[in-house]
Amino acid sequence: MIHPIAPVSFDAQIPKKGDQRQMETWQRIGTYAAGLALDSAGVKGNQEILSRMDMIIAAGGGERDLNVDLAIMNADAQGKLPPALLNEKLMNELRPTLFLAQLSNLLAGNIAIVHGVCGTSRTFMGEEASSIDAARIAVARIGAGQSDIALVGAAHNGDRGDLLMLYSFGDFALKDRYAPVWARRNHPGFAIGSAGAFLVMESREHAEARGAKPYAKLTKVVADLAKRKQPGAVTKSLRAMWPQLGVSNDNAVLITGATGAEPATSEEREFLGQHPGLAVRATGTTFGHTMEAQFPLGLALAALSISRGALYPANDPTGLEVEKTEAPTQIVVLGVGHWQGEGMALVEAVK
Amino acid sequence: MTAPRDKFGRPIVVVTGMGIVTSLGGGKADNWKRLTAGESGIKTVTRFPLDSLKTTMAGAVDFVTVDPFSSTSLSQRLAEIATEEALEQSGIGNKGDFPGPLFLAVAPIETEWPQRLEIAREVPAKDFGIIDYLATCSGGKFAHFHRRFTFGSVALNLAETFGTKGSPISLSTACASGATAIQLGVEAIRRGETDATLCVATDGSVNPEAMVRFSLLSALSTQNDPPQGASKPFSKNRDGFVMAEGAGALVLESYEAAMARGARILGVVAGCGELTDSFHRTRSAPDGKPAIGCVRKTLADAGMEPEQIDHINAHGTSTPENDKMEYLATSAVFGEHTKNIPVSSNKSMVGHTISAAGAVEAIFSLLTLEHQRIPPTINYEVPDPAIPFDVVGNKARDAKVTAVMSNSFGFGGQNASLILTREPA
Repeated sequence: MIHPIAPVSFDAQIPKKGDQRQMETWQRIGTYAAGLALDSAGVKGNQEILSRMDMIIAAGGGERDLNVDLAIMNADAQGKLPPALLNEKLMNELRPTLFLAQLSNLLAGNIAIVHGVCGTSRTFMGEEASSIDAARIAVARIGAGQSDIALVGAAHNGDRGDLLMLYSFGDFALKDRYAPVWARRNHPGFAIGSAGAFLVMESREHAEARGAKPYAKLTKVVADLAKRKQPGAVTKSLRAMWPQLGVSNDNAVLITGATGAEPATSEEREFLGQHPGLAVRATGTTFGHTMEAQFPLGLALAALSISRGALYPANDPTGLEVEKTEAPTQIVVLGVGHWQGEGMALVEAVK
Repeated sequence: MTAPRDKFGRPIVVVTGMGIVTSLGGGKADNWKRLTAGESGIKTVTRFPLDSLKTTMAGAVDFVTVDPFSSTSLSQRLAEIATEEALEQSGIGNKGDFPGPLFLAVAPIETEWPQRLEIAREVPAKDFGIIDYLATCSGGKFAHFHRRFTFGSVALNLAETFGTKGSPISLSTACASGATAIQLGVEAIRRGETDATLCVATDGSVNPEAMVRFSLLSALSTQNDPPQGASKPFSKNRDGFVMAEGAGALVLESYEAAMARGARILGVVAGCGELTDSFHRTRSAPDGKPAIGCVRKTLADAGMEPEQIDHINAHGTSTPENDKMEYLATSAVFGEHTKNIPVSSNKSMVGHTISAAGAVEAIFSLLTLEHQRIPPTINYEVPDPAIPFDVVGNKARDAKVTAVMSNSFGFGGQNASLILTREPA
C-alpha cells in the first residue's frame, strides 16, 4: 500500500528533457520541489545568491531496475545463475546512467545542475533522522554565521518495489487496508508516501537585506538517538527534548511525522498524552510516510500555517487531532523515525 | 603558549587520534611503512568471480573478514577498527563513552546481491514477480536485513559501540565524503557546540555490482596486468581509477580542551572549503573553476596565502580528466608557486577508497607532517607533459612540510579541500 506521487509537470522546473532523462523519479520530484522552494524565496535564477547558497539534502538511494533484478533473481531461484553469470547480466543489462540516478548525493548534484545551487552541497543519509539533522545543522550553521542562506530538503518516491522490500523485512509496511495514522494501533505500519519538500532558510539579516518576506522563524531544531532497545526510550527522549525548544504555552500546534510503526508510534502517543492542549496533526494520514522527506514536509506545513494565520483542519476519526480556530504562533514539528532517530523543531511567527 | 583561538577568533581544531585501514594494512604504522616504501595494495580480486568484467583488480581489504559478507558489514568493521585505533591514541573519554558527536562518511547502502538471492530462493512461486517476492521478504524471517541495510545502520551501530553523543550523521558527498565528515566536525567545534567530534569515513564497496556500475561509466582503469601498475596518477598512460576499500577515523578536539587534558596534538585542521560544480553529473568543469573556488575558499578559511602551502596531497584519481583538471585548478590558484609544491597521490598505492578517501588521505597528510617525509606517487614512469606538477614520483622524499592541502574532487560536482598543519598558527 503506497501513496504514489500526484501528476506533476516536471517540465515547469526541469525544462531540459535531457536533464529529466538523467534522473529517476525521486530525483525529478526533488529537483522539481527544490525549484518551487527557490521560486517562493525569490532567489530562482539569482546567480549571485545561488552561487554561495549552501545545500543540505537528506536522501536515501534511487530506484533500481526492477526488471533486471527480477530476471536475475528468478534465474537464480531456478538454478540457472551460476555465480559467474551475475556479472555478465549486470554488465549487459544495467543502463550505464542508472548508477547516477541511484547515488544518494546525485539529488543534490541534479539540483546544482538544474537550478545552479552551488555553494556547498552535503547529503545526509539515514532515513527519517537524516532530514532532522539536515535542518538542525543548517540552522546551527546559520545561527553561528557559518552560512547566510541554505536550501534544505528531501525527496521520496514511494512507488518502488525495491524500497518496499527493505521495509517488508521488518514488517513495517502497512498491508491489507488503509487506516489513518492514529487508527493503526492494532494494525501497525506505514504506507510509503511520495513527496519532495524543500525550504530556503536564511539569516534574518540576509533576508531583510534582500527584502525577502519570511514565512516563519525556525527557532530551534533538536535531535536525539534514543536507545530503543529499552521500552519507553522514545517517550523519554521526546520528554527530554521538549524543554529545549522553548514552547511558551501548551496550547501550541504540533505537526508530527508519526509513522504508524510500532512501538514508536505508541510511545510518541504517550508523550503527546502528557500535552493534552496541543492541536496535533499527523502528516502520514494524508501524505503517507515519506521517510527522509517527512520532517521537511512538517516544517513546510508549519511555516505555511504560521504565515497564513490558520492551521489546516484535522484529519483523524479517532479524535486525537482537534480543530484549532485561532492563528497559530508556535508550531512544533516532530519526527520519530520508524526504527531510530528522533527530533523536534520549533517554528514561530516572525516578530 | 599559543592562544587557543585562530586569527578569526574561532576555536582552533586539532587532531588527537587517528586510525586507518587500507589495502596496505591495518593501523598507522604498517600503512606508513608500506606507503613510504612505495608498495601497492592493489591486487586481482579474489572475493567473487571475475567473468565478463573489464576491470579485475582493486584495493580490496581481504585481511578483514565479516560473515556473512556484505559491503555494508565490511564498511562497518573497517570503521570500527579505524575508530578503535584513533580512540586508543587519543585517550579521550572512556570505553564506549565518546564525549561528542559522530560524523560518518559511508557509501549509500542497499540490500546486496547475496541477500537478494537468499530471499529469492525462498519464494514459493515459480517465475515470481515483485508482489510474490515482497511477501517472502515480510513475516520476520529477514528482519535482520532491515537492521543491516537501512541507510542509518552503520552509524547507529558505531554510535552504540563507541557511545558518541546525540544524533549520528551519515553522509555522502561521493569522493569528497571523508573530507566532508571532517569539515562537519570542524564546524561543530568552531560553533562551540562540542569540544570533541569523532569523524569516520569508511568504504567496503568492492562487490560485483559496484564494480560493474563504475565500469559502465568508463571510470575504472582496465590495465589489469599487473594490478599494482594500474593506478598511475599524473602519468600520460593513466586510464581510470582503481576501486579500493578502507577506513579512516580522526578524533578532533578544540585545542583548548586537548591542552586541558594534556593530549598529544597530532596536527591542526587549519581550514576547510567546499564548492559545488554544476557542470556535469560525472565530469568536472574542464576549466576547473569550481575546484579553483574550492581551493581559494579553503585558503581563505585557514587565513593562509598560497605560498604557505608546501605540499599537496592530491585527489589524483588517475582518471584522464580529473588529474588534468586538478593541475589546471592548482596552477590557477598557486601560479608561479605551483612548481615549488611537491604533489603526490596516495591513490597510486591504496587505490581510490571513495567514501573513505578524504579521511584516509587527511591521515596520510598528517603523517607526512609528523615524519617530514612525502610518500611517493608510484607507477610514475611516463609523466604527462600536460601536468607539470613536481610529482613525488616513485620514491618517498624527505622535505620540510609545514602545511598540507588535501584535495577531494568528486562525482556529482562535490569538491572539498582541507589544510592541515603541524602546529597551531
